[in-house]
Amino acid sequence: MTTLHTRVLIIGAGATGAGLLRDLALRGVPALLIEQRDVNSGASGGNHGLLHSGARYVASDREAAVECREEGDILRRLAPQCIEDSGGLFVAVRGDDERYVADFPSLCAASSVPCRGLDLGTARAMEPALSPDLVAAFAVQDGAVDPFMLSLDNIAQALSLGGSMRRNLAARSMEVENGRIVRVLCRDITTGEDVRIEADLVLNAAGAWAARVASLAGARIGMLFSMGSLLITQDRIATRVINRLRKPSDADILVPGGTVSILGTTSIRVASPDGCRPSVAEADRIIDDARAMLPILDRTRYIRAYAGVRPLVSLGPAGDDRAVSRGFALVDHAADGLENFITITGGKLTTYRLMAEKAADLACAKLGVAAPCRTRTEPLPASTLGQWTEPGKGPRAWVDSRTEDDLVLCECEMVSRGVIDSIIDEAGAMRGRSMLKAIGMRSRVGKGPCQGGFCGQRVTGHLYDRGMIAGMQGLAELKTFTERRWRGFSPILWGVPLMQADLQEALYCGSMDLEFGPPPSTRDDEGACAPVAKEPA
Amino acid sequence: MKTYDVMVIGSGFAGMAASLFAAKRGLSVVQAGGTGGIDFSTGFIDLMAVHPVAEQRVWEDPFAALAALRKDLPLHPYAHVADDEIGAALEEFTAFLGNNGLCYTGRPGRNTLALTSAGTVKPTYLLPCSAWGGVEALEAKAPTLLVDFHGLKGISARQIAEVRADWPGLRTARVRFPGMGGELYPEHMAWSMADQARRTELAEAVRPLLGNARFVGFPAIFGMTDTMAVVGHMEELLGRRVFEIPTLPPSIAGPRLRAAFDRGLPALGVRTYTQKLVSAAEVSGEMFHFTAGSGSTAVRIAARGAVLAGGRFFGKGLKADRHAVREAVFDLPVRQPEKREDWHRAEFFDPRGHEINQAGLETDAALRPLGADGQPFHPRLHAAGAILAHQDWMRMKCGAGLAIATACKAVRELSQNL
Repeated sequence: MTTLHTRVLIIGAGATGAGLLRDLALRGVPALLIEQRDVNSGASGGNHGLLHSGARYVASDREAAVECREEGDILRRLAPQCIEDSGGLFVAVRGDDERYVADFPSLCAASSVPCRGLDLGTARAMEPALSPDLVAAFAVQDGAVDPFMLSLDNIAQALSLGGSMRRNLAARSMEVENGRIVRVLCRDITTGEDVRIEADLVLNAAGAWAARVASLAGARIGMLFSMGSLLITQDRIATRVINRLRKPSDADILVPGGTVSILGTTSIRVASPDGCRPSVAEADRIIDDARAMLPILDRTRYIRAYAGVRPLVSLGPAGDDRAVSRGFALVDHAADGLENFITITGGKLTTYRLMAEKAADLACAKLGVAAPCRTRTEPLPASTLGQWTEPGKGPRAWVDSRTEDDLVLCECEMVSRGVIDSIIDEAGAMRGRSMLKAIGMRSRVGKGPCQGGFCGQRVTGHLYDRGMIAGMQGLAELKTFTERRWRGFSPILWGVPLMQADLQEALYCGSMDLEFGPPPSTRDDEGACAPVAKEPA
Repeated sequence: MKTYDVMVIGSGFAGMAASLFAAKRGLSVVQAGGTGGIDFSTGFIDLMAVHPVAEQRVWEDPFAALAALRKDLPLHPYAHVADDEIGAALEEFTAFLGNNGLCYTGRPGRNTLALTSAGTVKPTYLLPCSAWGGVEALEAKAPTLLVDFHGLKGISARQIAEVRADWPGLRTARVRFPGMGGELYPEHMAWSMADQARRTELAEAVRPLLGNARFVGFPAIFGMTDTMAVVGHMEELLGRRVFEIPTLPPSIAGPRLRAAFDRGLPALGVRTYTQKLVSAAEVSGEMFHFTAGSGSTAVRIAARGAVLAGGRFFGKGLKADRHAVREAVFDLPVRQPEKREDWHRAEFFDPRGHEINQAGLETDAALRPLGADGQPFHPRLHAAGAILAHQDWMRMKCGAGLAIATACKAVRELSQNL
């Protein structure tokens, strides 16, 4: 069995884990980041990609509002490549709570969240899709963030400073001696090999899986799991982030994501973070609710749905999961008799950096490291790891640099064979169970209107050509990939997407008989919330 | 305005077959429809192969499968068409294609396993003659060279060889297609193969790779209108049996079918309006009036009878909003699951197929779609093909066969009523 030694082991490569790896690297503390699946496989991928101005929390959670405002400013300044600084609106329509509307400006002022009242004509001129039933509108500093690029850029800089990372490596048990975790036993999902990790300190950044990881060391964290579903539109509906001006509820927020918009979310308590998927009923609820704000949502074409599970640290019984603080939880497990174990979970994408800072501060105090946090002032360098998630990047690169033999394998999103090859080379040994899935996560393959119907088979053919897969494995991976896309596709099948699905089944089942043959390559035993990165078209 | 005997709505297999059969029976025929599923066809004509789909039972004898199907699923549209009529319809249909440059073959009363571009094999009934060498090579597991091309996506010879581990004699090679670079499209390649010099160049590129191969397989690119002549010439040049494998769309199989119909149907007197969806229909007394196309290019058509053959969602014969499935031309009642939750299964590849695939038009035994009162909507309105309810052509492997058989039946019933 391989044994790895590291000063700090970080478990979970969502935004927080990625931020921690970088924060520690900048302090000169080399760390190893392990992830049971792939970067942003949990809530860091399954969210709106909203850079909160803080305005959403001014009434319910002033502390969270202030944190969002401060962190939003830092990210805009230090990680501009990950941000679209679109600005946002809060709007109310006829029938919405007038008290909430009336209190909003003063609540924003109390949290120092910038907010400017707009006359209704101006608001509609700014966003023509807004309802004619508009009764109030305010401008705020919301923006959009590409969570996948954000995590990959954090990881890339950390790796350049001596940090390291293993994907598809799952922690399975921990050995505790004299109040310390001395060993974490892991399994490599790709090879099935067991790996032993010895670290001075273990940081649990496993998000919705944090309670499960903590339990490996015998520590208990009370957590609630709240599943939220979102819809992606075919076209961009609005220039800015549009929020419903009311007490936070379902289907309140529309966030731009490059050429598309993302609409959501719902909030459903689930028993476990595993196996979440959006449903027809939730897609309908989101549309039925949000169309009051933006009537076009009733007629527009959708690309797919996706879902994520919010990790909420339990503060006792609560009816509405939104009432549980969106603030984060930093747990020093010294209280559980584990001196070298820290959990950081909960929180929001917008505050990921602050969460990493606080957790790293505690870790460094335990390690006796005096170096201060530098992520508050140090720019986040743009990396090449995250670049192919950006809508529009693939086509530009293809036009700029294609060689005669470079084919476009994904026509919806113009992803070329050259791009696929660069992703294959980067993924290397950490491809996980499915190279096709790893490619899907790092590029826009499968994310356009065909939802993988054409490009899935073409990329599979290319993987065979390159000798990356053999025998039936490629067909099995193709089936897995198709089933993963299907989770998000099946809730929005009417109109044109239903025609696409009809065509896909005609090709895959009618022409190629793929319903026969090998079963999908992975059993559905893995968290499964379709990792969505900057999912959009 | 001219009054036609029959208006055929749709230009997929069912629409083409209905026009053909009606014209052959001496009726005056007009046809309109958008480009539908036929452009995405493999060119294989499936008759019936899998039943029950949940058990994935594959039948070698399609007529035995039909008998079992009619017994188990008496509402399936095949229950309305007799074996004799199915056989005669297929014969007439493939004879027409043969006369228009598209040769078909198969084994009477037996399904054949055909090689697909994914490397899988699928049971089908009739195949383009240009694919038949692949059937023989596969059955004999004969030493075979599979050739693919730099720049042609949608088919990987290596994938086929990897998936067909049961065929150790299969070797692969990737060559440059003579005279073209960059990204290649089957249709361009097919047109260029009309040039005999191109075939010679291609043969020269392949000849050094032949080794012990008895068969040589290529992606389907051998001509648009004279495929068997090109295949024959390539066999002569290579001294080996040569066959084609249909590629993933955009492939040449669909355009070949369309080209055959574009040549053959007008010659039979059929008036065709291609790329024009039927946007409106009125029934007044004895007559149908249709509007095909939209805007300034819309045409009005009068007919005494009609065959609805617009296919499903991709063909635009059916359309769906968030709440319900509707029939696109007459807004006929559509048999369908009660709620959208029930349209699709949790897994795409669920062997049972998706519930919505069984949605469609219910008909009487003469294939006349039923109106809201459960009676035929109109005495001379019939339906054919995938728009019919109670079938799942993708899972049962009965797409083209069902289209051709029901078109034949619909036209015969209609002709008796005109």
